[in-house]
Amino acid sequence: MIPDLLDRTARQLRELLDRGEVTSEELVRAYLDRIAAVDPGVNAFITVAGDLALEMARTADARIRRGEAAPLTGIPLGLKDLLVTRGLRTTCGSRMLAEFVPPYDGTVVARLRDAGAVLLGKLNMDEFAMGSSNETSAFGPVRNPWDPDRVPGGSSGGSAAAVAAREVVAALGSDTGGSIRQPAALCGVVGLKPTYGRVSRYGLVAFASSLDQIGPLTRDVADAALLLTAISGKDPLDATSLDRPVPDYAARLRADPRGLRVGVPREYFVDGLDPEVEAAVRGAIGLLEDNGAEVVEVSLPHTEYAVATYYLIAPAEASSNLARYDGVKYGLRVAGRDLADTYRKTRAQGFGAEVKRRIMLGTYALSAGYYDAYYLRAQRVRTLIARDFRAAFERVDVLACPATPTPAFRLGEKAGDPLQMYLNDIFTIPANLAGLPAVSVPCGLTSGGLPIGLQFMAAPFGEQTLLDAAHAYERVRGEPVAYPDPASTA
Amino acid sequence: MAITPEEVRRVANLARIAFTDQELEPFAAQLSAILDYVRQLDDLDLGGVEPTAHVHDAVNAFREDEVRPSPGQDAMLANAPDREDGCFRVQKVIET
Repeated sequence: MIPDLLDRTARQLRELLDRGEVTSEELVRAYLDRIAAVDPGVNAFITVAGDLALEMARTADARIRRGEAAPLTGIPLGLKDLLVTRGLRTTCGSRMLAEFVPPYDGTVVARLRDAGAVLLGKLNMDEFAMGSSNETSAFGPVRNPWDPDRVPGGSSGGSAAAVAAREVVAALGSDTGGSIRQPAALCGVVGLKPTYGRVSRYGLVAFASSLDQIGPLTRDVADAALLLTAISGKDPLDATSLDRPVPDYAARLRADPRGLRVGVPREYFVDGLDPEVEAAVRGAIGLLEDNGAEVVEVSLPHTEYAVATYYLIAPAEASSNLARYDGVKYGLRVAGRDLADTYRKTRAQGFGAEVKRRIMLGTYALSAGYYDAYYLRAQRVRTLIARDFRAAFERVDVLACPATPTPAFRLGEKAGDPLQMYLNDIFTIPANLAGLPAVSVPCGLTSGGLPIGLQFMAAPFGEQTLLDAAHAYERVRGEPVAYPDPASTA
Repeated sequence: MAITPEEVRRVANLARIAFTDQELEPFAAQLSAILDYVRQLDDLDLGGVEPTAHVHDAVNAFREDEVRPSPGQDAMLANAPDREDGCFRVQKVIET
């Protein structure tokens, strides 16, 4: 076998596949072996689709031999288990959908299939994407590949852990308040949340429709760019997807930070920010400056209100979106004495505590007499937060800041205190509220050996600038100093 | 602002979720803590600030009204907890 095969990026594998040095089937077998060896400990997968993956790999190998390979043909990927896959169970990390087999593919899934990518399976997540630690999954928590006593972050915790643990080449996740970037930071991988409207959400199980966006988790920035091109674009099946050109982001990547204007928002360096995280992020920004970037301090004065705004808007939208789980059309049904009682019992047993908490919060905030005081007020504050960003992007190309206030915390550490858990998203939520693209890139390890994430944000549809900045940082940073080595049971 | 267990019961009914009395008590405390936290938005003067309806000010997205293939009745009913004669089957709603 080719040495370090499991460490290769999608672009490196493309060359190996096209030169015939490895087949997709060999690659998929190597990944299935890796999953069998480490996933009993990591628990990144809810469903491993071994037979399907091998069948897709053989089809991809035939396509490669015909000389018709697309950039992702034959590359083994994983999908967060809220992207619906025709004929392949899609659970959303919930008892409610534990047996749900979708009758159709989501648009991003269909695009990956058309590109000839191989699906290794469905990845663990916080239930209905509600959580920042992956502890709310009905399928058990994911363990951080860097330290099994710590969380991988959430809600795309399985996606981040699977990429870090070399169980997939790359994965797709979804980000409503940081659910791609926060686990990417905590697991030491790249996580990209595109502009709201960049990627179709048809077939993404809805959480908060004005915030949700699908994006990639990858080994490096160029792979994120590659996947972004593959999944982006207007889709007639999603009225919120926007009709903007889709460039070949990876081919156009610039690695030179000279002339890049980097804004450092002072409100992101506050009390509660771990000193080692602050030092690593400031060091990373300094490195960009040393290499020719222009670094200026900026202010986003409404940052402190973002978490409160988010925890009104997101639960309100969730309470509406999750009304569909009624035990009638699909999913769990727990029979009661009449139809209303069936609804109540189905939802009581189908949903976990965090999902119930958010449905209740959202229902309360939208109920008669409270709408103006809560939801409408939050939507006004959202306008102020978006204005802060517009003003900043008149002066700078990108903003640079920490992705999370702390490195990975211990399993159980915050599970009993919802508010403490919510505050973990303090630096990622603003980009969702303003609809901006944002990315987390690994920028070092703590003295205890835990990854730290550097976040960049850019103006709407500024993905190329965003990825250029992240790629430039990656180049001046050099290769990561270490990879995680989760315990193998094989 | 303290949310009473009675208020939680009212919201639980709106949300169609059954709770036991033992579950209601911690829920009331947690919801109160979260609502206390979000009250900081009251500090802001929002006079003249429009609420965000769409983050990029997108307008209606129209498309042609065309017939397209769909997965079909069997596929769409395949996940139904209960079905009969091509329909989702539920308990009787209207008493006679």
